[in-house]
Amino acid sequence: MATAQIMSLREAVAAYVKDGDSIAMEGFTHLIPFAAGHEIIRQKRRRLTIIRMTPDLIYDQLIGMGCADKLVFSWGGNPGVGSLYRLRDAVENGWPHALQIEEHSHAAMANAYEAGAAGLPFAVFRGYVGTDLPKVNSNIKPLKCPFTGEELAAVPSLRPDVAIIHAQKADRAGNVLIEGIVGVQKEAVLAARRAIVTVEEVVESLQGVSPNACILPNWTVSAVAEVPGGAHPSYAHGYYQRDNAFYKAWDEIARERDSFTAWMDDNVMRSGPEAFAARGKAQGKRKAG
Amino acid sequence: MDYTASEMMTISAARALKNDDVCFVGIGQPSAAANLARLTHAPGVTLIYESGTIGTKPDVLPLSIGDGELAETAVTVVPVPEMFRYWLQGGRISVGFLGAAQLDKFGNINTTVIGPYDKPKVRLPGGGGAPEIASSCGEVFLIMAQSKRGLVDRIDFCTSLGHGPGAGTREKLGLTTKGPSLLVTDLCIMKPDPVTKEFTVVSIHPGVSRDKITGNTGWPVRFAAHVEETPPPTKGELEALRALHERTARAHGGNA
Repeated sequence: MATAQIMSLREAVAAYVKDGDSIAMEGFTHLIPFAAGHEIIRQKRRRLTIIRMTPDLIYDQLIGMGCADKLVFSWGGNPGVGSLYRLRDAVENGWPHALQIEEHSHAAMANAYEAGAAGLPFAVFRGYVGTDLPKVNSNIKPLKCPFTGEELAAVPSLRPDVAIIHAQKADRAGNVLIEGIVGVQKEAVLAARRAIVTVEEVVESLQGVSPNACILPNWTVSAVAEVPGGAHPSYAHGYYQRDNAFYKAWDEIARERDSFTAWMDDNVMRSGPEAFAARGKAQGKRKAG
Repeated sequence: MDYTASEMMTISAARALKNDDVCFVGIGQPSAAANLARLTHAPGVTLIYESGTIGTKPDVLPLSIGDGELAETAVTVVPVPEMFRYWLQGGRISVGFLGAAQLDKFGNINTTVIGPYDKPKVRLPGGGGAPEIASSCGEVFLIMAQSKRGLVDRIDFCTSLGHGPGAGTREKLGLTTKGPSLLVTDLCIMKPDPVTKEFTVVSIHPGVSRDKITGNTGWPVRFAAHVEETPPPTKGELEALRALHERTARAHGGNA
């Protein structure tokens, strides 16, 4: 199997993300790959199926910029703040165009990534009991346990064309280290056909970390790109804090189409991955105690 | 000490958590109440957030369920699939602490849409962890400000199951967990009627009239035969809550 190539983020997105792909950009609040999302927007990818447990600001941006035809998700809000207005505008008014949604619970999506990584066609779990989601999502089916007769829920496994994540470190050989809240990133990468990882820094070696650390060997990843600050306004444990003030500010920015488009133009279309280093640095590390 | 209705709500919700509880915490009001419990009468309570943080002791309230504060103060941080499979579905959580956009008298929760699903009037964030928190935790505590818009006769969409259309529903569906056992609002405390499972007022916060409760509930609300008055916040509870909010506002660079 080919091993990860270290390249620029521009090259990685150009090589591995195609129009019409299904992509999973994961990171559970932590390590959200914003720089990679912006690169996809700049390279004007279209008709994407975008998969993410919590769409967060990153998918609000992709949706508002017209990159996505379909969203697979389980919680679509701005955490602790309120709505994702671009997601809502697409669902409620079809702007900038109609968006198909496939909606799950967190448990279903986490199980579906794990099943994808395990090479299974579907995931089984005890879920959705007594709820209305199975009525509006034909990808949720009941399944009887062959041993006990208990009725369980089944959902198709997630097998994205591309997984994209952000991590703290990679070594020169392209092995990737993820620390802190690890979310579903390992599962998403192992479930996907291709994977792009942006990292805070490329280091000589990962020696000295615990043998149980969350490491993705280089032969599970297609490309590694060094983008310091690449998770901002999300955060990177050990590097910089979550920019909670920006998450609050996004509420105003994204509420109207004009203010959203103007912000995207200034900060994404006429910017580049290099801009993220300063954004991360401005947040600083969390003060101990 | 003077206090607000919102402070009364958070404090009376916090009182319901026990020192030996293992609590799956929703963001927002549930998170404030659960951490207040930990900072006051229940220092041993185990708080779990769905981001994978187990036994976390944040000094400030997280804005999201995955703030760095949660990971840095946790006993351990586990992957999200493990969180939902081993810890929640595995039956290790005693209390799920949730909020709601819409709630009916049987504790069924809507956080998905107002209006029809295919043509929603308002698209809400959705279920997140709640559908399985509601079915897999030993019991569920609910906290939300009381209004006719929130406490409705019929929810538009059942995101997370309470007691369904009434007593016996959960058992019929094969669930062995209790479901919603407590609803704390800014006006009162409700518990399910032991027979019908309908939320019934069991305690009224000081200075609140029955009319005010009736006027802010979307169904003809029932009062228990014996209704208590909620003890007002103590000085210790209020000081702990206000200090927590002050630290949080400072940390998040604005109003928390």
